[in-house]
Amino acid sequence: MTVWPYLLVAALATYLWRGLGVLLSGRINADSALLRWFTAVAYAMLAGLIARLIILPAGPLAHVALWERSAAAIMALAVYLLTRRNIIFGVAAGTATLILCLQF
Amino acid sequence: MEDFGSANAARRRGALTALGMPGLVLGASYLGFGALIRESHLGIEDGLASSIAGWALPGQIVLVEVIAAGGSLLSAGLAVLLTNARLLPMVASLMPILRAAESGKPRLRHYLIAHLIAITGFAIAMQRAPRMQPAQRLPFYEGFAVTLWLTTICATALGFVLAGVMPRPVTLGFVFLNPLYFMLVFVADLRHRLRAWALTIGAVLGPCLHLLSPDWGLLATGLIAGTAAYLIDAGQRRRHPGWRR
Repeated sequence: MTVWPYLLVAALATYLWRGLGVLLSGRINADSALLRWFTAVAYAMLAGLIARLIILPAGPLAHVALWERSAAAIMALAVYLLTRRNIIFGVAAGTATLILCLQF
Repeated sequence: MEDFGSANAARRRGALTALGMPGLVLGASYLGFGALIRESHLGIEDGLASSIAGWALPGQIVLVEVIAAGGSLLSAGLAVLLTNARLLPMVASLMPILRAAESGKPRLRHYLIAHLIAITGFAIAMQRAPRMQPAQRLPFYEGFAVTLWLTTICATALGFVLAGVMPRPVTLGFVFLNPLYFMLVFVADLRHRLRAWALTIGAVLGPCLHLLSPDWGLLATGLIAGTAAYLIDAGQRRRHPGWRR
């Protein structure tokens, strides 16, 4: 089965939002209420997406237990805060926690 | 105000920034994507085309899942459309910051760079660009995003080749690295009042609404949590007019 039509449709469905975003941005005043609303919607969607990827993941991570994913996320956050907000240490600690949980 | 000296220097700095932590994390995530492509019995050219033309990982993963499940072209388009709706408010809120040095209608250059606006670049540019010289913001972002894009294209191919070689727990760790990284990146945004409300309400509503409707949950989360955060922020602005953030 050739999947090129799928790839084309997906690329269009993705760029549509980006193109519309540029079009709209030309009509929004910087520092306007409308821009603040767009910003709030963007951050809310990103937070919702990330929380879902951690709590209710699809694909291969769905077979990893919730407590293992939670332990990894909490470890990442704790190490990040304890190392004066070092993202590298936080991410490494969280990832290592998940790998260790799965290994033993 | 951060000043790199020239537009070209800003572009180089952007490229260097991308080769640090962002490239490492997104590279690892796209290794996972490349492996997923192979496990789903798709070709390396399919994975590369997806990373080149549809550069937004959550939508790319959804597409592979729909194809693997034998879904129709229409259902694939709809699933990707709903997964990627966040790109509209992201581009609409970032573009005015990147274009602060100029006025007038958006040009081809802006429509091209919009293809490379995704979570990583958005999060970093929203934090750093407002403190840069206005004329250097777009060049910085171009250097950053093009470098990151090329990195992920290479990582897609490498992940395809390495699929099955890496132990399962390591592959899963790489896949989980991505949400962990974004979680920490957005913790830094909690000191902005509007973003803090949007992030907090969105993080609570996101999984709940996803349980109600996997298709529409994310869009509803953005509209409900985003509007609530906007209203709370507007109320607090009125009450404390001097405390502007």
